[in-house]
Formats: sequence, C-alpha cells, structure tokens
Amino acid sequence: MHDVYDVAVIGAGVVGCAIARELAQYNLRCVLIEAGSDVGVGTSKANTALLHNGFDGKPGYLETRLVRRGYDLLSKYGAEVGIPIEHIGGLLVAWTDEQLQSLPEIRETAQINGAHNVDFISLDELYRREPYLGKGALGALEVPSESIICPFTTPLAYATQAVINGVELCLNSPVQRIETGPDYHTVHYPGGAIRTRYVVNSAGLHADTINGMMGHDEFHITPRRGELIIFDKMARGLVSHILMPVPNKVTKGVMISPTVFGNVLLGPTAEDLEDRSASQTTDAGLNSILKKGSQILPDLLNHEVTSTYAGLRSATEHGDYQIHLHPEQRYLCVGGIRSTGLSASMAIAEYALEQLESAGLRLQRKAEFLSVHMPNIGEAFTRPYQSDAMIQANPDYGRIVCHCERVTRGEIIDAANAPIPARDFDALRRRTRAQMGRCQGFFCAAEVTAILAKASGQPVEHLLSLEQQA
Amino acid sequence: MNLFETDVLIVGSGPAGLASAIELRKRGVGRVTVVDREREPGGIPRHSDHIGFGLRDMHRFLSGPAYAARYVRLAERAGVDIEVSTTITGWQSETHLTATRPDGLAEFRASAVVLATGCRERPRSARLIPGSRPAGILTTGALQNFVYIHHHPVGKRALVVGADHVGFSAVMTLKHAGADVLGIVTEFPQHQSYFQYKLVSADRYRVPLMTNQKVTNIFGKKRVEAVELTDVRSGAIQTIACDTLVFTGGWIPDYELAFSGGLQIDPNLKGPRINLQMQTSAKGVFAAGNLIHAAETADVAAISGRLAAAKVQDYLNTGKWCASSSVPIDYEAPIAWASPQAIDPGAQHAPHGHFILRVSDVLQRPTLLVKQEGRVLWQKSYRSLLPNLPIYVPDGWLKQLNSSPVRFEIRL
Repeated sequence: MHDVYDVAVIGAGVVGCAIARELAQYNLRCVLIEAGSDVGVGTSKANTALLHNGFDGKPGYLETRLVRRGYDLLSKYGAEVGIPIEHIGGLLVAWTDEQLQSLPEIRETAQINGAHNVDFISLDELYRREPYLGKGALGALEVPSESIICPFTTPLAYATQAVINGVELCLNSPVQRIETGPDYHTVHYPGGAIRTRYVVNSAGLHADTINGMMGHDEFHITPRRGELIIFDKMARGLVSHILMPVPNKVTKGVMISPTVFGNVLLGPTAEDLEDRSASQTTDAGLNSILKKGSQILPDLLNHEVTSTYAGLRSATEHGDYQIHLHPEQRYLCVGGIRSTGLSASMAIAEYALEQLESAGLRLQRKAEFLSVHMPNIGEAFTRPYQSDAMIQANPDYGRIVCHCERVTRGEIIDAANAPIPARDFDALRRRTRAQMGRCQGFFCAAEVTAILAKASGQPVEHLLSLEQQA
Repeated sequence: MNLFETDVLIVGSGPAGLASAIELRKRGVGRVTVVDREREPGGIPRHSDHIGFGLRDMHRFLSGPAYAARYVRLAERAGVDIEVSTTITGWQSETHLTATRPDGLAEFRASAVVLATGCRERPRSARLIPGSRPAGILTTGALQNFVYIHHHPVGKRALVVGADHVGFSAVMTLKHAGADVLGIVTEFPQHQSYFQYKLVSADRYRVPLMTNQKVTNIFGKKRVEAVELTDVRSGAIQTIACDTLVFTGGWIPDYELAFSGGLQIDPNLKGPRINLQMQTSAKGVFAAGNLIHAAETADVAAISGRLAAAKVQDYLNTGKWCASSSVPIDYEAPIAWASPQAIDPGAQHAPHGHFILRVSDVLQRPTLLVKQEGRVLWQKSYRSLLPNLPIYVPDGWLKQLNSSPVRFEIRL
C-alpha cells in the first residue's frame, strides 16, 4: 500500500531520534512524530549532560548493558559527526562514613559490569586533582571513562541524519488517538493522521499514555523533577572532573560537573511529581542544591549564576527500562528510559531494530547512507569565531552577535536554514548557544531577534509570542 | 591575520573608552585605538533614549544617543582610530590581545591597554528567581535595544523590578513603547533614586511604587502570564497578571576579559582590582569607567576614562608601575563595594577626588568612618544611606597614611 509508512516513531527525544536515525539506514518509509515544536524538547533538553559509562548500573539490567554499549557507540559517533564530547573522567566522592563504606561495593559492581578502570584514589590524590574541593571528603573512586557531552547536538545530529536520509519529521503533532488494525495502525494528531505498519513508542514522559492507546499497561510514569543551576564560565577553573556523589536508592544525588560549553553545572534535585509539564524551578529546590554545592565546592557559590532550569525524568515503578515488544501488533514500546537515555540512546536504537526485525520488519540496507557534520558549539573544539578560514569564506562568522557565548551572525543564519531549522529562541539556543550566557540577552536579545526573524521568515511578534495581543 | 600596532589600546567605546581616547590624543599620545564589539561605537547611551546625559563631563544636557554621537564625533576629530565589530577574544601578553573581526582574526599590540568594558544588569537567572521560563522577561538594556534601536514590540502589561534610576528609566521606555506599567517593585522600604526621576516617570504615568516586595515566582508557558510577589516583612503573597517583566539595575561589571587575562578580580565589586593610579594587577593594563564602579552615570564613567588617560600617559613616559606594593582597603557588609580597592604608597589623590562606595541595605542615621590601625582618619554622619546610590568618600586623609591596611566602616 503506497500511503502506509513502514514505521512511525512517536516522540523525537534523544531516544526517538536515535531510533529514527537507525531506521534511516534501511529501505523503509519512516515518520518521526513529535508533539513539541522541535526535536529534543522534553527530558532530552534538560538533563545533566553526562555521557555516562554505566559502571554503577545494576548487573543484569538491560539498562546497564545498553548504557555500557551506548557509551562506546556514542563516543565514536560523536567524534565522527561533531558532537562535543569531553572525556574528562569522574570522581565519586564519599562525604559520610556510610558513603565511604559503600565505595568497595560500587567498585565491585563496576568490575562485574566490565568497568575495570574504576578504582580507589587516595585523599591526597583527590585534593591534588581537585584543589577547590570542600574539606571533609573521606574517600573517592575514580571513574576515568565518565564524560560530558552536548545534550542538544546529540538528538539534533540523529534527527538531521534521519531527515537527510529520508525520514519524515512531523513536529507540533501530539498524538491523540491510535486505531490499531491487522494490516496497519492509524495514528491521529490535531489536523492529520498517518497510517503505519509498525509503531515505536518513544514518547518519554508520555510513553505510558501512548502505551495505553495501544492497549497495554506495563508501567506508569511518575515524572521526577531535577532542578539544575548553571554557573558562569569563570567558575570553570574550579573543577576538572565530574564530581559525583555516592548514589542512594532514589537518585544519583547532587553532582558538580563542567559542561561542554565551559560552564559548571550543579544539580539535580529529585522530586517525584504527577504533573508532566511541571518543568519550573522552585525556591526550595534551588536552595537545596546550592546548599549541597557549597559543601562540595565552596568557591563555586562566589560565582554568578548563568541560568537555572528543571527537567523531568520519566521514572516508573520499575527499576529497569520498559522495552516491550508486541510482535503480533507490530508495536515496540521503548519506555521508562529514566535519566540514562542520552548515554544509552544509540544502543537502545540498535536494540530496538533487533526487536523490530524479530517482529517481522524487513531490514534491507540502503545503497547510500548520507553522513552529517554538525556545527560545533563546544569549547573543546574550534568554533567559527576562532577560525580565520571560516571567516574568510563568510565574514558573518566574524560578526559576533551574542557576546557572552561568542555566537556569530553566520551561525544564527545557518541554524535558521538547517535541515531541521531553528524556529524559536529555544531552538536557536540549542543549536548555537545564542542567549545562553551570563547576560541572558542584555546585550544581544534585540539583535538576535531581528536576525532570527529575518532568516526564518517569521514576524517578530510571532517569535516573541505576542501575536494574541496584536 | 591582521596586526594592529598602536600606543594605547582601549577596549570598549562607551563614554569611558572614548573620553579616555580623546584625552590621550589631547595629551599628545600618537596612536590611540578604541575597539568595540558592537557595530556602532558609543556604548550603552546609544540606546538610552532619554534626556540627562553630559552634565558633569560636557556641561550639556543631552539625550543618550546625542551624547554618544557627540563623543564619537569628538574622538574622530581628535584622531582616534575606532575599530567596531571587533571582539577582543584573549591575551597573548599584557599588552598583546587577540580579536575576531568580519575580515578575519586579528591581533592588537600596544604599549598600554585601558579596559573600559562597562557593565550589565543581572538577569532573572542570576537573581535565582524560580518559576517557568517564558518569553517576555527582559533587562533594561535589552528593553532599550528592543524599543529604540530595533523597534521591536514589547508587551501590553509590564512590571518593573528595581526602583533606582534605571527602574524609572525603564518605565519611560515602556510607556514610549505603549505598554501599561503596572508597578515598580523594590524589596526595600523606599525607592533609591532622586525625586525628580520619580516625578518624570512613575508619578507622571501614575505607576505605583510597590515597596518591600520581592519577585518569588514567574508563571507562563510561552509568554509571561503572571508574577508572584511576596512581602518581605509579612510574607503576604500577591499575584499580578502581566506579559512583560523587566529586571532593572543589579549592575555587574562585564569583567570576563579582565578575568581571562588573569587580572586580580575584586570579589565584591566583580571588576578588576585597581589602585589610585587606576592600574590593575597586570603591568600596562588600566581599567576605567563602569568596569570599576558599576554603575555610575555615563558622565562619571567618562570622567573616569579621562582620568585614566593622565595615568596612562604618565606610565608611557616614566614606565613606573606600582600595583604590586599597594595598601589594601578592608570593609564588610553593609558596605557592598568600594572603588578603588587599594592605595599605592605615597598616592595623594583618588581618581575622582573621592572613593566610590555602595551599601547593600537601607541604613538610617549611619556614620561612615575611614580608619587605619584604630585611628579615625575621616568620618561623616548621614540621615540615611540607600542601596544603589553612590556614596563618595573624599580623599583628604590619604596624606596621613602609613602602610597598614585602611578600613572603611559603618556605625549605626
């Protein structure tokens, strides 16, 4: 049947985008359906931006296996397509006797998981490596492979590669209803519907809702809010590694980490909620992480805060990922991907395709699979304003517009014209860092507005969400 | 790679940078180059389209744009080289800086450098105000750029946070753009401006002053929908429906360039530490304007630049540098900051003839003292001292100093 897709992926977060990219390698007609106005706008945009190597995962869990595998796949892919990744290593620091006593067990777990380089370091060594660390650390494990990654470029790279290889991207399309059928399913969203043989549910916080539309009920999602504080880049010299707390049952705890943009991140909180849109920060949340931060890295609090945000993780009542295949229905549910989705994304996608193939999806490789190269927004790699060659080719790369983040006019125009274009300020921020910095638009908001409006062909009122009043 | 060689490189073409450049040329310095990262020179006054600029430095009463334009004209006439769209990106050495320009990467080599990078307002995030993150949250700087330079629309119902000069200026800008201003919010019990400023803005437009109120939450999905205010004394909460929220004041120097050059940064002021010669901790590097006192009015910033020019010329002639052997100045809360922060031995005068201070709270009947080793060198009693308003401590006592630390103290 001509108008039936082979696969519809519901949810363009980092997991859905990775699956779409994996599917794009095969001779299939695929569509990626997203409720939001861009890819990577749910949990994927507000997280701790770690490329986690899964050393502390529960042995035997699917999550642990996929995080371990995903780490390797994404490290390699990131280097190929230009996703900023820095392998700076982590330090797991114990501050109480109880935490200290659990370190040997964590090391043992790491051994079982194959992370053989996780080992104790002396307190002297700890303070030598992190001279600004607060007083009172009792012991530490080093996790050499732990890395930081750009959480924005990753889903964008996947989705861009999917789109240029023929996957259709359907934004602003929250799925309202799915009619299941023996030959195909019909997925309805406001103003349209598509028919598809296979359905992949990677709807993140809404994965249980979509699962329900398909007639299943294996899990329920309880959003877990994590509030985070980003400190000014001038604090970057205070910390060289990812400073991880010793985890307890609820969460990995509050950490301090450099970011690939050169800032320092503090957080997250862990608060279970029912409201799946409650991504606002709170006074109590921000204060609690500031308090913890002041113990881990006291000097950090002397620096200015650049931004605060909150993300919702899709926790369930189960410990492990909720990946369920219903072959008779040609339906794969990829739910409950908690906080490790970014690290595991490529392995989840690989695993998802194995599952789909086992349910009868025919995978025949395309003759050609186009590669992508993403604009670099990481500090560890050359950015346009630093490249004489790029500026000579296009003087707009020499015109810095966002001064705090050194984003050029050329990059803003590129983002508005990319295969998946930036249509609003948040999308632009994720692609270029424009207005992400310490002044939050004091110097450049008006200029960025003018450039984006022109380059994306939208009225300024629309960009500023002022239309209803016009 | 373009190489620019000059005698004095000035970073920033606001009032301080341009006034400094003009004065250096008047004093016979051969090559003076001012760089600015914006497309037009002139700095913040370019988009502060209201009257009140130029009183102390030009003895004129101009609008911001007219004032900026006049400085640019004077600089050009004085033979100053102004390089716009030029962002200084780093340091090779104290007086050798790298830059990005539309024609490529560049380097500037000079005998002395004056940092005049100015200041900005703390945005909502730096103030740690919780809530959602919709469109419609601005600082005054962004608002003025929206309205006066780009003619972008602003919302219909706005709330202004901050009741010093800038807050009242934001009211005028919002009214000019056709918005209703629902109130001016301050966490202090009174405004911190002059009654004339309040008269021509808040009073004229019947905008209520909302004292003892703190913004404690922001609501709205795409655009601001409402703001929660909490009374700092009673804890009473009110919610005000609005579509625009302007954070004003809360000045902080734009000090990243100074920081990245390894210059000592004063933790209270958040600007480079300077002595009375306006010398930073890096030899050959001076600082002037609102980078060292954020924020004084534009004319004071300009005078600061002019004063720095004399110090720079002196350094060019003598090569004398004394930043390393300076007498520190101590103080604690409620003094928020003091500028300059150190006294070079033998110095007889502060740059403006006085030290500039700020306090962090409303103080009733305070006495401000200058002490050394318990000796009171100077004191003055005030009816009140207010945050965000300049406090000037005259420098006559400098003649009585020895080399131990000097202390600024407030007695209530």
